[in-house]
Amino acid sequence: MKVDPDFLTALNLGGGFDARMCMNCGTCTALCPLGVELLPRKLFRYALLGDRDRVLGQTETIFSCLLCRMCESNCPAGVHIAENVRTLRTYINREIHALAEA
Amino acid sequence: MPVPIKSTLGILGDNLRKRHSALPLGRRKVTAWTRGLGIPRGGKTVLYTGQMWQMVPAINAMSRQLAKYEHSRMGFLFGFARSMNKLVNLTPLLARTSAREREEYDRRLRNIARLLKAAGVEFGYLYENDLYAGGLAHDEGLDRGFVAHAERVSENLRRAGVERVITVDPHTTNMLRSVYPKVVPGFSIAVKSYLEVLAERDFARRRSVDRTATIHDSCVYARYEGVVDQPRKLLAGAGVRLSEPELSGTLTFCCGGPLETLFPGKSAEIATRRIEQLGSVNRQVVTACPLCLANLSRVAPPETEVRDISDYLAEAYCPTEAPA
Ligand code: SF4
Ligand code: SF4
Repeated sequence: MKVDPDFLTALNLGGGFDARMCMNCGTCTALCPLGVELLPRKLFRYALLGDRDRVLGQTETIFSCLLCRMCESNCPAGVHIAENVRTLRTYINREIHALAEA
Repeated sequence: MPVPIKSTLGILGDNLRKRHSALPLGRRKVTAWTRGLGIPRGGKTVLYTGQMWQMVPAINAMSRQLAKYEHSRMGFLFGFARSMNKLVNLTPLLARTSAREREEYDRRLRNIARLLKAAGVEFGYLYENDLYAGGLAHDEGLDRGFVAHAERVSENLRRAGVERVITVDPHTTNMLRSVYPKVVPGFSIAVKSYLEVLAERDFARRRSVDRTATIHDSCVYARYEGVVDQPRKLLAGAGVRLSEPELSGTLTFCCGGPLETLFPGKSAEIATRRIEQLGSVNRQVVTACPLCLANLSRVAPPETEVRDISDYLAEAYCPTEAPA
């Protein structure tokens, strides 16, 4: 695993990435209609560890979240899960998709 | 089968920047629903559609087109489409809509305007300045483009002297009420969905709809905007006896609509699971969002009927509409 210490800082630029509050309980993944093992708990773990490559390898998963908040409404730690996923999207659009005006 | 994410979002961003909409429809299609309703232009309180209902026939047409292409050619096609779309608006070419389908979605806007009138609410409309609120760009993380657009919409409302808007779908409600105040400094327009406005009024029904149905809550209304009781109160008043699905209210299960743009296959899978949950409770399904309506209708078996809440409410609370 390659750790990129700037990755989390970049995600947190707008102050919207609060995955740090996650207590790793797994409720979100159990409730998510998509049933993808990675979404959203593990994805946040990778981001918190600074594992940029592993997060970016999951672009399709990141864009397949419904932002439906089923997870969030039941998260015991009050993590803003949908906003965190959106923050990852914004990062990818800017840094990887190079959508200049994005 | 996903569509190429980067090119699709590129098209969305380009459209928003150049044509101020996710799917630029043209003035006539945006305002056709107002025909004969005599809604005054502008005013302090306006009904704001954000073009969401008007866009659904184009979204449906687009997804029918996409289903024809093989996955292997998608990357090339989308890259090409993005370059072309920068020069000319491709929406009218790629999303040919039928008059019948447009009429079907426009009818819901007419229902809503008639309901507000029946409840004694005074409102105007911005016609060609009824701009898209930018929800898709926000959700897909196109933040710079979204904020620039939100500023444009906000300025447009300010110039028109609008103080209150009545919204007609959950996504526009959420954008204007909960997201704009965070990204547009000084944005202070009061925003209520028509369901909230109607539920606050005491107005009598003209006839009972006298039917049973089940209800699908939109994730955005229920979990983002706290609109859960209002549709139930209005339906009960209309004479609709509701049975709740297991996942309802703030525990509602998504219709899959948000994935329609990038992952149409997955979107249909989720919609199918939802329509099965709903259909096992009652064959009449009530929705309150144009995207939920479209996504669930697309996969509903013939014996299940999905209808918008405004159809039931207009039947109960409005005088009969004169034929066009
Ligand atoms: S439900 Fe909340 S606390 Fe539990 S794993 Fe998910 S994000 Fe973390
Ligand atoms: S918001 Fe995303 S991660 Fe959470 S339940 Fe919905 S689809 Fe799953």
